[in-house]
Amino acid sequence: MYESKRLGYLFVLPFILGILAFNLFPFAASFALSFTDYPLIGAPTYIGLENYEKMVFDDDLFWKSLTVTVSFAVIVVPARLAVALFIAQVLNFKLRGINFFRAAYYLPTILGGSIAISVLWKFLFQQKGLVNIILDTVGIDPIPWLASERYAVWTIVALNTWQFGAAMVIFLAALQGVPKSLYEAAEIDGASFWQQFRNVTLPLITPVIFFNMVMQIVNCFQEFNAPYMITEGGPLYSTYFMAIYIYDEAFKYFNMGYASALSWVLFFLIVSIAGVLFWSSKYWVFYSGEKERAR
Amino acid sequence: MSSSKTMGARPRRRLPSSAEVLRTQRRERISLALRYIILSGVGLLMLYPLFWLLGASFKSNQEIFTTIWFLPKDLTQLLDFSAYYNGWMTRTEFTFATYFLNSFLIVVPRVIVTLISCTLVAYSFARFEYPGKKFLFSIMIGTMLLPPIVLRVPQYLMFKELGMIDTYWPLILPSAFAIDTFFTFLVVQFLRGIPRDMEEAAIIDGCNALQLLWHIVVPLLKPALISVALFQFIWTMNDFIGPLIYISTVEKYPVSLALKMSMDVSGEVDWANIIAISIVALLPSLTVFFLAQRYFIEGATSSGIKG
Repeated sequence: MYESKRLGYLFVLPFILGILAFNLFPFAASFALSFTDYPLIGAPTYIGLENYEKMVFDDDLFWKSLTVTVSFAVIVVPARLAVALFIAQVLNFKLRGINFFRAAYYLPTILGGSIAISVLWKFLFQQKGLVNIILDTVGIDPIPWLASERYAVWTIVALNTWQFGAAMVIFLAALQGVPKSLYEAAEIDGASFWQQFRNVTLPLITPVIFFNMVMQIVNCFQEFNAPYMITEGGPLYSTYFMAIYIYDEAFKYFNMGYASALSWVLFFLIVSIAGVLFWSSKYWVFYSGEKERAR
Repeated sequence: MSSSKTMGARPRRRLPSSAEVLRTQRRERISLALRYIILSGVGLLMLYPLFWLLGASFKSNQEIFTTIWFLPKDLTQLLDFSAYYNGWMTRTEFTFATYFLNSFLIVVPRVIVTLISCTLVAYSFARFEYPGKKFLFSIMIGTMLLPPIVLRVPQYLMFKELGMIDTYWPLILPSAFAIDTFFTFLVVQFLRGIPRDMEEAAIIDGCNALQLLWHIVVPLLKPALISVALFQFIWTMNDFIGPLIYISTVEKYPVSLALKMSMDVSGEVDWANIIAISIVALLPSLTVFFLAQRYFIEGATSSGIKG
């Protein structure tokens, strides 16, 4: 029965229709719209490269949101991966209660994207919220986290780093897949813990580091909920992420053409970074060539 | 054990002296203690804010502002659920009962159509052979990297053409076509790991494709499908930008939008009310997570490791 091409196509049909209707068509339409002026009322008018020209030469807000988004990703992606790998390494041991810790660390990832957590996060960083109360007890003056251009983005960074769980469980599974015999051999050769980590663990988990990195980058460039809720893009646009800018242009001011152009720039950015990563992967990602992993 | 094979080839190791054994044991014990200290420390750092907020929902504004300890000074305040009541009733004409019902009206159909469409498509990818399959599969992988934000504007225009703005259709319909590709991928990977023996036996017994799918494949897929259902449940509960774009009538707001509204309406006057209702909003997801955390972690793990 599994040779039946007809059945195979029949079962995959929903996906073909869905991908055409909800992905490929909108994807192409978005590209086409980026060359138009389309205030939602009336038909879109073709204006050539005007949207892109305006963006590059005449839109400080675009540059601001681009800077905010990129610097956010540059901080959050390594921070998240480092914390995730560190915790996974600590958990990778014959521990009692490993399941409890793993679940506890994964919890923020599950809840973190919700509006409720953003609301609660806002309270933690209020002028008199928990964070400043703690700083006060150790003798540090309260920091105006949400009201200051300099610190606001750090509340979002903290929230995002807090959600390292997804990367952590993937790292942990990869660490558990590194054959014990390699460590035993390294031990006999007198390798220190750090040397073992550097020369045995790291090379073997590079495929997973690569995977996590790509996923986190795609994720971080689209950050929306937290800055929209916690800091509302401010103060002084210091947390005005690209995703918020696109949302505002599209659904607040109904500049569908300009919003499409902005989202294509964001898309292009993500694709180029992913492309560079894929290209560089042949120099640093190590595939051992064996598919199955030891249990 | 894998070491038994190599043992023969290598000269036998000398037996470690008792001093060495003791040293190794001590090192292991220190390592273990250190690990527990780090894990508990980080765990506390991560979870304490949640406990503090839980406690804050029973405190007065004055006390929230000043105390680091999560329990209220006067423990009888823990019996006072007025913040929960006020938060639930909201300052609008609707209560959170309406908003929760709305959320479930989105979540339940969406989970169901996701399960059906993902199973069908994953079944096709994992079991059937036909020209173009590889191409379709690589498109599926590619769309995982496609940021949804690029598609928002045209999708909105499309649903507007279809007259579906301010309905739940834009939030549910796409999932009926298996384009939440993360889930399809997860099921494909799982199905590939299952031997075909039972299906082959059933084919010989004369099962047709749908009988085979329903009676043999779906039961085998159960763990993967549970993961899919749970993830989709929580992600849809968490979804904010979707409803924000498509739902404009307050009466139809899901919980996420209603929370944003409560926050805007009451500002920073009644802290405890907002905190309380946020905690309530997290309860469905929390419950689901604690009942079935194994499935979440297995699902998250398999997405990254296999394939």
